[in-house]
Amino acid sequence: MSEHHHHHDHDHSELSETELRVRALETILTEKGYVEPAALDAIIQAYETRIGPHNGARVVAKAWTDPAFKKALLEDGSKAIGTLGHVSRVGDHLVVVENTPERHNMVVCTLCSCYPWEMLGLPPVWYKASPYRSRAVKDPRGVLADFDVSLPKDIEIRVWDSTAETRFLVLPMRPEGTEGWSEEQLAELVTRDSMIGTGFPRKPGAPS
Amino acid sequence: MNGVHDMGGMDGFGKVEPEPNEPMFHEEWESRVLAMVRAMGAAGAFNIDTSRFYRETLPPDVYLSSSYYKKWFLGLEEMLIEKGYLTREEVAAGHAMKPAKALKHGKFDLANVERVMVRGKFARPAPAPARFEIGDRVRAKNIHPTTHTRLPRYVRGHAGIVELNHGCHVFPDSAAMELGENPQWLYTVVFEGRDLWGADGDPTLKVSIDAFEPYLDPA
Repeated sequence: MSEHHHHHDHDHSELSETELRVRALETILTEKGYVEPAALDAIIQAYETRIGPHNGARVVAKAWTDPAFKKALLEDGSKAIGTLGHVSRVGDHLVVVENTPERHNMVVCTLCSCYPWEMLGLPPVWYKASPYRSRAVKDPRGVLADFDVSLPKDIEIRVWDSTAETRFLVLPMRPEGTEGWSEEQLAELVTRDSMIGTGFPRKPGAPS
Repeated sequence: MNGVHDMGGMDGFGKVEPEPNEPMFHEEWESRVLAMVRAMGAAGAFNIDTSRFYRETLPPDVYLSSSYYKKWFLGLEEMLIEKGYLTREEVAAGHAMKPAKALKHGKFDLANVERVMVRGKFARPAPAPARFEIGDRVRAKNIHPTTHTRLPRYVRGHAGIVELNHGCHVFPDSAAMELGENPQWLYTVVFEGRDLWGADGDPTLKVSIDAFEPYLDPA
């Protein structure tokens, strides 16, 4: 079983009603022969170790340094990422959208929580919660202010509502002052939020 | 269905609150719920659209007051009961009491784990030519199905432009109700912010949805 140490202040001798119900369901599914608990452990471990924004960051950094890859990525995200091998499988329906001085892209799922797991990991709580899902399509500048992000007044904001099985990844603009940097160095600057469109990449020299 | 899950454009939910250094799971049970949903889906107990529909049909007060994984848990439990994989008596007792129902893809064991780490494929061969071309002006239909749909309320009745064609995909409105995959053309349709939100809307805003062909009329 995977280890979690987020709640040292929580008395584990008293299980919450939800914990008891979840345990009961797993017991029933196991006793009925539907699932093997070790297989559930393995799923959790795979999520905890294999997926995460490091995958998306490598794709972005490569696009910043390799114009041919960038072109292929914007034409067919799944196909271009498929050629990299070292990142996890993204499926067939990844669309990469490019930020420019004229246009800023932002991704939301108003109906549930659709998110490019393979590129960014599991979505953060705020992405799945009502404030972001309700406001992103109507008042994206207000949402960005909640992230302490502001954009030029006249830049176009394009919000992509993920209403089908297509998934969207934002290709942020490469920070200035990074000429000659390697892909590995550049990847360190790429934040999760910059690939959702609710943030920018780190500036060179800024704390990570 | 016109449920509270369809919240694009609603007011009053407050500020977005990012959590610094957020853990992947806040409680261990959340990871077990995620794994059970992935496992039972991969075993063939339900498809992704059906599982979304069961979360959407939670009572509105429960939907809005439950954490994300609590919604997943409540949806999963109810769906497995209604599909005949377990009974309310078993849930109350916390143990199996009835014989198992056969799973389409068999027991989910270690040999199946890699399957859930690869994203499903939703593209299907086209049963008919695409009705719309990139650049076409289309109008989202004013429809209000009481079953599952992926056409959000905030675009219904509004006109936009077809920007991308993603090919034919499984149609969630059919798949969720277990009426078959019924593949349909899928387009990215972009709307002007002020068409959606009125003259006071952000003039720099454009919003797109991915819309299945049955959601659209020529405009």
